[in-house]
Amino acid sequence: MEQLHTAKNTDIDILGDERRVAVETLQFIVISVGEEQYGIDIRYIDNIVRMQHITRVPKVPAYLKGVINLRGEVIPVMSIRLKMGLAADEITRTTRIIILRSEQEGNVGVIVDEVKEVVTLPVDEIEKVSHDAKGGKPVSISGIGKHNGELISLLDLSSITLEESE
Amino acid sequence: MDVSQYLEIFLDETKEHLQNLNTQILELESDPESMDTINEIFRAAHSLKGMAGTMGYKRMQNLTHDMENVFSEVRNGNIKVQPDMIDVLFQCLDALEEYTDNIQSSADEGTNDNEPLIKQLNDILNGNKGGAAPAPAPAKEAPKEESPAADGDAKWNNIVLDESQISVINEAKNQEKGVFGLTVEVQESCILKAARAFLVFKALEEKGEILVSDPSAQDVEDEKFDRDFTLIVVSDSPLEELIKAAANVSEIANVVGAPLNLEENKNIKAAEAAAAKEEEKAKSAPAAAPAAAPAPAKKKEEPKSAPAAKGGEKKISKPVVNRTVRVDIEKLDGLMNLVSELIIAKNSLVSASSQGESGTTSAAFNEQIEYLESVTTNLHESVMKVRMVPIESVVAKFPRMIRDLSKTLGKKMELYMTGEETELDRTVVDEIGDPLMHLLRNSADHGLESAEVRAERGKPPVGSIFLDAYQDGNNVVIEVRDDGNGIDVEAVKNKALERGTITPEQAGNMSDKEIINLLFLPSFSTAKQVTDISGRGVGLDVVRSKIEALSGEVEVKSELGVGSTWTIRLPLTLAIIQALMVVVGGEKYAISLGSIETIETIEPNDIKLVQNEEVINLRGTVIPLIRLPEVLDVKSTTNPGDSLVSVIVKKGDKLAGLVIDELLGQQEIVIKSLGKYIKKCKIISGATILGDGEVALILDANALI
Repeated sequence: MEQLHTAKNTDIDILGDERRVAVETLQFIVISVGEEQYGIDIRYIDNIVRMQHITRVPKVPAYLKGVINLRGEVIPVMSIRLKMGLAADEITRTTRIIILRSEQEGNVGVIVDEVKEVVTLPVDEIEKVSHDAKGGKPVSISGIGKHNGELISLLDLSSITLEESE
Repeated sequence: MDVSQYLEIFLDETKEHLQNLNTQILELESDPESMDTINEIFRAAHSLKGMAGTMGYKRMQNLTHDMENVFSEVRNGNIKVQPDMIDVLFQCLDALEEYTDNIQSSADEGTNDNEPLIKQLNDILNGNKGGAAPAPAPAKEAPKEESPAADGDAKWNNIVLDESQISVINEAKNQEKGVFGLTVEVQESCILKAARAFLVFKALEEKGEILVSDPSAQDVEDEKFDRDFTLIVVSDSPLEELIKAAANVSEIANVVGAPLNLEENKNIKAAEAAAAKEEEKAKSAPAAAPAAAPAPAKKKEEPKSAPAAKGGEKKISKPVVNRTVRVDIEKLDGLMNLVSELIIAKNSLVSASSQGESGTTSAAFNEQIEYLESVTTNLHESVMKVRMVPIESVVAKFPRMIRDLSKTLGKKMELYMTGEETELDRTVVDEIGDPLMHLLRNSADHGLESAEVRAERGKPPVGSIFLDAYQDGNNVVIEVRDDGNGIDVEAVKNKALERGTITPEQAGNMSDKEIINLLFLPSFSTAKQVTDISGRGVGLDVVRSKIEALSGEVEVKSELGVGSTWTIRLPLTLAIIQALMVVVGGEKYAISLGSIETIETIEPNDIKLVQNEEVINLRGTVIPLIRLPEVLDVKSTTNPGDSLVSVIVKKGDKLAGLVIDELLGQQEIVIKSLGKYIKKCKIISGATILGDGEVALILDANALI
């Protein structure tokens, strides 16, 4: 089990000495799913655990892989790949389960290919995504951030934890 | 004074008193002469008034005060119990309940003064004014009016004494007992004057008998005194001891006393002159004295040791002292969780020891494991028992409800209850009230026939509704039964056809039982008319979903013209159960032992096909087979020709055989929720964590049948 060092969201000075303006920042965990990189807001992450035995639950949508035992609590686990319509997860040494906190639904685990790093992004550098890009998809993006020249799609967590309506 | 910390206790006890009043007034209605009942009512109303007053709920206090006046007159035999009076009293209780609800939701009693009720109460009192004895009010004021302003320390000499009191004093003196006058002064800063006063009363009552109090015990309790009150006490103890006992009470400023000398009493002569008035007092005084008795313990304990208040109160009504502690249910939940964790850890140890190579685990180790098992089992049972409460707390309100229904519906009916002492988990008891109420209303409204129809059918004119509760193995069964009309299967069928719930073909194939079960569908009501009582079509499906949410089940048996029986079956515990562990397609599942009848081995050629469904004939009963690998979408590990292992489960009186691959054995499991996220899976009722940390799912046999 890997424990996260939850760094404090301290305001950082990004504008140098001339104008000291404290800017609100958010921290994201960067994960890779398939070819893409996604960011998950660290405030919604309870824990990150290694892949473990998942008990299958019958008669549920395929992307719901089953349940695991996390310190005595039974937590449902879903595959973000299946939810996104990608090929099924290949379990490797880097595969992790990210436990997301969800107030309404209780905690839920998400299987990801790899957890890469923690990045800090200033709020005003996160580009909002227009509503057109949000609609229709099973997993949607709440914004796009830049880090070291790479784009990171920030996951809209409510779309992950929401059950597909049938 | 900040009384908010006592709010919870106040609410708890108020509800208890209200329930008690409801029950007693019902009793009074059937036996208007019973002195015990009237006394009990008086005591409850009195405590209620005192509590409301202490908490500063003036409206509530006023209403209870007027109710108490009525009870007091009834007790003195000045008013006869009339049916209209009972109605008014019940309305008062409802109003009090409303206050309580308001207080619970907003810590405020609301603004309803309930003046019409108070007026009705006063009318009852006044209706009696021309009678044998005057209303108690003037009697109460009498001592105040007559005692002149404070006169030195010997205030007891100003007290108005009636003949009987004088004779008691004289008699005590003849027996060489001491008769003393005492004046007790409370500190100016004292906030709970009444409470302090009662501590003094209490302390003195331990030493002797309080003969007279000025102002009266009742007024003292209502804080209707300035800073001091005067008592006449008969005691074997010396005066010093009495003064010391009274002065020991905190916030008492001063206690003075002296042996009483009747000749010095300024009012003896005046009393003779005002003989008539004294007679009044003689009448009201005994009423006030015992009335005060239940209150002191209460008031004394309430501000000081809140949780013990209940014990003190019981002491008065029953000689047996109940030693109880009120515990927040959340704390018990926490305890229960810890016990669950302990059982999981114990299961891990058991599985670790059984996996170890046979030679390596020593006998001593096994012995300790067994010991640990028995300790955890006992611990679990004890915690469960702590959480158990008798269903009495919910069913006690039903007789009153049936009485009201009887009046509104114009049908005569009687509720007979047994097994109120049956215990269930607190969480279940809290939830079971509404479904039971629905069923009772249903029986009263739809079940029981009108008086004419009953007469035609040769049934007794008073309809009977029965509520029976009893424990049956790991379940508690609650039955609601009536001797009414029963369910008209044809009417239900027609209604279902009319609504399009079923097709005519379906209707032809359905058994009576299946048709009756249609009643549990949402928005299905056969009442010809929507009434206030039932018939909105929300009742029975709510009943069923509530009970199923509690892992219980509800069934109905009915015979047209004879009556219906609704049977609710609830598990005793919700958190930890004994389960049978089985393997299906390589996956482990748990089945609650409570639903298992037997385990059978079935030869493939014993399986017959009926309407394309697999069935077996088990000792004369035809039982459908359910192949779990198919239901659970896994591949069975057994070969087609092999004999099958089948777990026979029951739901009500239906049986089914669940075909599994392998039996693992019996185990105590802790039920964990799958979380709201996975809610669509009906056949899985939850999950549990096995000794090796793996999660196993719990099969809901009820959903499979």
